[in-house]
Amino acid sequence: MVNEVCLRTLDLDRPWLLEQYQSRGGYEMLTRILKEKTPPEEIIEEVKKSGLRGRGGAGFPTGLKWSFISRNAPGQKYVVCNSDEGEPGTFKDRDILRYNPHQLVEGMIIAAYAIGATQGYNYIRGEFWEPYERFEAALKEAREAGFLGENLLDSGFDFELHAHLGGGAYVCGEETALLESIEGKKGQPRFKPPFPAHFGLYGRPTIINNTESLASIPMILKEGGPWFADIGVKNSGGSKLFSISGNLNNPGVFEIPMGTPFSELLEMAGGVKGGRKLKAVIPGGSSAPVIPGEQMMDLTMDYDAIAEAGSMLGSGAVIVLDDTNCMVKVLERMSYFYHEESCGQCTPCREGTGWLYRVISRIENGQGRQEDLDLLNDVAARISGRTICALGDAAAGPVAGMLKHFRDEFQYHIDHKKCLVGAG
Amino acid sequence: MVTIEVNGRELKAKAGDMLIEVTDEAGIDIPRFCYHKKLSISASCRQCLVEVKNAPKPLPACATPVMEGMKVFTRSPLALAAQKGTMEFLLINHPLDCPICDQGGECELQDVAVACGSDASRFVEGKRVVPAKNIGPLIATEMTRCIHCTRCVRFGEEIAGIREMGATGRGEHMVIGTYIEKSIDSELSGNIIDLCPVGALTSKPFRFSARAWELTQVEGVAPHDSVGSNLHLHLRSNKVMRVAPKDNESINECWISDRDRFSYQGLYSDDRLTVPKIKQSGEWQDVTWEVALDMAAAGLQEIGEGEQIATLVSPSSTLEELYLAQKVTRGLGSNNIDYRLRQGDFRLDGAEPAFSWLGLKISEIENLNAALLVGSNTRKEQPILAHNLRKAAVSGAKVHFINPLQLELNYTAGQQLTTPAGMVQSLAAVAKALGATGEGAAAKVIDKAVADDDAKAIASALKDADKAAVMLGNIAAAHPDYSILCVLASVVANASGATFGFLAEAANSVGARLAGAMPHLLPGAKVAAEKGLDVMKLQKLPRKGYLLLGAEPGYDFWDAGLTRNALESADLVVALNTHTSPALEAAADIMLPIAAFAETSGTYVNTAGEWQSFRGAVKPLGEARPAWKVLRVLGNLLDQEDCEYTSSEQVRDELASLCEGVMPDNSVGKTESADLQSAVDGLIRIGDVPPYALDSLVRRASALQQTKDAAPAAICINAEEAKKAGLADCDSAVVTQDGREATLPVSIDANIPDGCVRISAGLAGTETLGAQFGEVTLEKA
Ligand SMILES: Cc1cc2nc3c(=O)[nH]c(=O)nc-3n(C[C@H](O)[C@H](O)[C@H](O)COP(=O)(O)O)c2cc1C
Ligand code: SF4
Ligand code: SF4
Ligand code: FES
Repeated sequence: MVNEVCLRTLDLDRPWLLEQYQSRGGYEMLTRILKEKTPPEEIIEEVKKSGLRGRGGAGFPTGLKWSFISRNAPGQKYVVCNSDEGEPGTFKDRDILRYNPHQLVEGMIIAAYAIGATQGYNYIRGEFWEPYERFEAALKEAREAGFLGENLLDSGFDFELHAHLGGGAYVCGEETALLESIEGKKGQPRFKPPFPAHFGLYGRPTIINNTESLASIPMILKEGGPWFADIGVKNSGGSKLFSISGNLNNPGVFEIPMGTPFSELLEMAGGVKGGRKLKAVIPGGSSAPVIPGEQMMDLTMDYDAIAEAGSMLGSGAVIVLDDTNCMVKVLERMSYFYHEESCGQCTPCREGTGWLYRVISRIENGQGRQEDLDLLNDVAARISGRTICALGDAAAGPVAGMLKHFRDEFQYHIDHKKCLVGAG
Repeated sequence: MVTIEVNGRELKAKAGDMLIEVTDEAGIDIPRFCYHKKLSISASCRQCLVEVKNAPKPLPACATPVMEGMKVFTRSPLALAAQKGTMEFLLINHPLDCPICDQGGECELQDVAVACGSDASRFVEGKRVVPAKNIGPLIATEMTRCIHCTRCVRFGEEIAGIREMGATGRGEHMVIGTYIEKSIDSELSGNIIDLCPVGALTSKPFRFSARAWELTQVEGVAPHDSVGSNLHLHLRSNKVMRVAPKDNESINECWISDRDRFSYQGLYSDDRLTVPKIKQSGEWQDVTWEVALDMAAAGLQEIGEGEQIATLVSPSSTLEELYLAQKVTRGLGSNNIDYRLRQGDFRLDGAEPAFSWLGLKISEIENLNAALLVGSNTRKEQPILAHNLRKAAVSGAKVHFINPLQLELNYTAGQQLTTPAGMVQSLAAVAKALGATGEGAAAKVIDKAVADDDAKAIASALKDADKAAVMLGNIAAAHPDYSILCVLASVVANASGATFGFLAEAANSVGARLAGAMPHLLPGAKVAAEKGLDVMKLQKLPRKGYLLLGAEPGYDFWDAGLTRNALESADLVVALNTHTSPALEAAADIMLPIAAFAETSGTYVNTAGEWQSFRGAVKPLGEARPAWKVLRVLGNLLDQEDCEYTSSEQVRDELASLCEGVMPDNSVGKTESADLQSAVDGLIRIGDVPPYALDSLVRRASALQQTKDAAPAAICINAEEAKKAGLADCDSAVVTQDGREATLPVSIDANIPDGCVRISAGLAGTETLGAQFGEVTLEKA
């Protein structure tokens, strides 16, 4: 039951080529839709049935998002793919772009058809040079084969798709900052509402989805929404790409059904490196609160199970930490990232992320004060829920988790001006 | 309409309005930094967080639309905790040294901190320091104090129409500034001083000279253009310390131009006239008022014949001053009074409307769908009107200009760049494209015109628009063929169904007409039985006696050289002025120091015909006296009747009763002469008046004089014409006009049309030249 959706061509030789993709039925779904002029509502209905939830991190139901666009509204509409993949620990979209770019292209064309868009953009992380080239090559092949451009396969439907290479800012993965960035402006999130479905790229109705979400579309339509839903579990339809990294023997990307036990995923990744003890897991990208190792071993990889454990599945970036890790150091590293990547627009995030980082850094460097622990919790609480975009929440999220589960390590740093892990 | 509840109080509101608009309206205070009623919503400071029932998180009041039944708590524990949280964040990197900050005492951050800050800081890390930037002579920066509200950034984009301030860098490293170190040049730039909630942007001329609580605030009306922006004058010990806008939605909203904000510095220049002076054997002597006035009265009486007396008054004078000036003049048996010091063509006298005006309310400009501006550099001439025009253009109005200068605009507009004579032809072509034939002079020029594509585009823009206007600006008013431009513009307006209007030049140009400061019009726009001579004739046919009111020879007249000759040959020149200058000292025999802007009570009538009275805010400097009083005493000394006023209000009311029933009216009659006085064989001078050369006060406002718009006099010419004249950039050249010369630097400027050379008027170095628009020759010096 692995590699059934986005990575289903991984076993082929040079699976990124059009002919290889077509050898597995690629573009058949699109061809059928264009030939039969499938009503767009039917497509959206099928996506709804699949239970597909946005793979970019927030887990918003994709079919529902598409239905917010008023298809018959006059004027330009856009489909935008989010391949910015900046969250530390996440590297799954990169593999889709490298190994199965055509499935993403096909998914985007179908999405465009479903909402009546004639222009699309794929915003690719600035550092992804090879994936960018693969994607560009796929666009060229698709264009030559008549899947992109005007009057696709004589259906009267036009769609052009452009790749856009980002400039290296994490915040540009936030959907509205991404739109600003495509427009050539400073990458800063917009205040919402209005949401992109009403006021998106260049102020036009836009759907923006993660790479994995869009690349799942052709298979969902080919095999049917219920087929996809049944791969996973309740509230978590389908399979999911997990990027698992950290102290592992075989880190990498694995496409497995939602609801798979974490222990199985850990096994696929070769288990903890050097047979060391599993200390903790960050289950959904660096912004997800940490879960202690033992607790994690009992969990399954789906939205509900991880949420119940007080964390989130996010983009499916699983970071595995063994017992050599100092949690103060880990948190310092993460809070440095958010401090550095805040766009600086809103007060709590601009000021709060720097504050968090400096306090944690002080503790790590043996200059912590007893009151710092409560201060950290308090500052984090004053950021979360009060910012324009979720970067603020992402910065605050890890703090509470770390202090909840590993407070003793922080206390030790404060009391002894050195590290518990190193000392042990 | 929806009903919401705020802190238990029921409020009616328009659905979709933001919560903060509704609470502001109801007088419920919600702290805010990024929100400003005239700017787009950024929702970024997070100071305005409030509790909304059933919302999981506190919501920003500035970006939360009201909905039926919404229950809001602005001071609940949740709301206060959120507001306090934001305040703490804002303060961690903000210096806590209010005593040495210029904003102290009028700082929004300070105010909110007092209301919802804490008394001790939990922040023990180092604070951010951001270097200050030099952004020009008007605005001082202390960017460490910036709280990143982006009001100044949005102001540039949305109001000034030029992106001058921006944010660079991310997160904590985000810095507000000009991308490259450069000055802020917008003519509205000073408004960011008011917008900046903290001490990051402050007034360079004012800073550290007074504390907000030491200042008293009185109201005033701006004296430098015909908008009549409402002002707040901030005073300390009888001195104007600074000027700020006073909200008036129908005139200036909450903005003022830099000219109106910083000109007060001119009040305290070294050459302020503070004692009456008389010239004896070529030497100036200080005298008492009594002596000076007696001499003036005796001198005027001595001239004997009324028609040998000419009164030339500045249109920046108050209504009361203008009314008394004409009263005294007419009392002397003369109708020789004129305010049109910068006009060169008087062929329309008699056919011109008496109470001419904008044709619209100022606030209606933004609703125009099309506009044609003839001879207007609106941005520099009437900055606030230009802002309204920009609003119209940004929301789709088609704006066209016919000008002898290519303008730097902050919106898209069609610009027809042509010579002064070409302007007449271009406008006639528009008339032709509209199928109009005109009468008299208009008929002659329209007949010869060719309706080209440009003309057709303008014509159809005007015709197709729901609301359109054709307006004449300052350049048109000084044009040698003003009379023809005026009739043509009126023909174009009539033929296209557009409103016809005048962008009056000075604060009281419209008032001067009502006050009867014209040779052919009496107060209340009544036609004089006996016409006097216009300002041009009064100089070409020199008079024996001149009375000058607020007019500086060399700078305030259409033909500086002509003025000098006329005044030099006179027996008596009595000058009522605020300042002295070498040119004035050379020309005058008696100088009477008068109260300047802010020192006298009075009234201005703006270009929209609105009367706005103001009181004297400070006592006149030295022995200076309000000019209305000086003129009244002069009237008394001349034994004139009915000159017993005890207040300026009395003067105003008398004039007001004479003006009763006089309605603004822009109907233009017919003229016959179609001779193009602007048609010259060689190069023609474009003698526009730069914004900071406009009147005695701004010419002495030191900070404004350091801005880009205060460039010194130069010969601006395009590369092609320069080549023909054998000149290169930065050369020095001799301009000759009417046999008089000046040596000025050459500046190559692509904005000047062929056949023209821009030598702006009102600037040092141009006092010897001739007409603002007239033939010149150039020669390398
Ligand atoms: C700071 C920040 C960074 C984000 N980065 C990404 C990203 O790299 N890729 C992505 O797909 N979504 C990212 N998101 C989520 C997007 O805003 C958005 O929810 C997503 O692209 C929607 O697509 P989906 O519904 O298919 O998940 C980010 C969100 C935030 C707040
Ligand atoms: S939360 Fe942070 S990243 Fe997001 S808009 Fe605010 S400052 Fe920018
Ligand atoms: S300089 Fe002032 S107005 Fe501009 S962003 Fe900073 S605090 Fe706001
Ligand atoms: S005033 Fe509402 S967020 Fe700034």
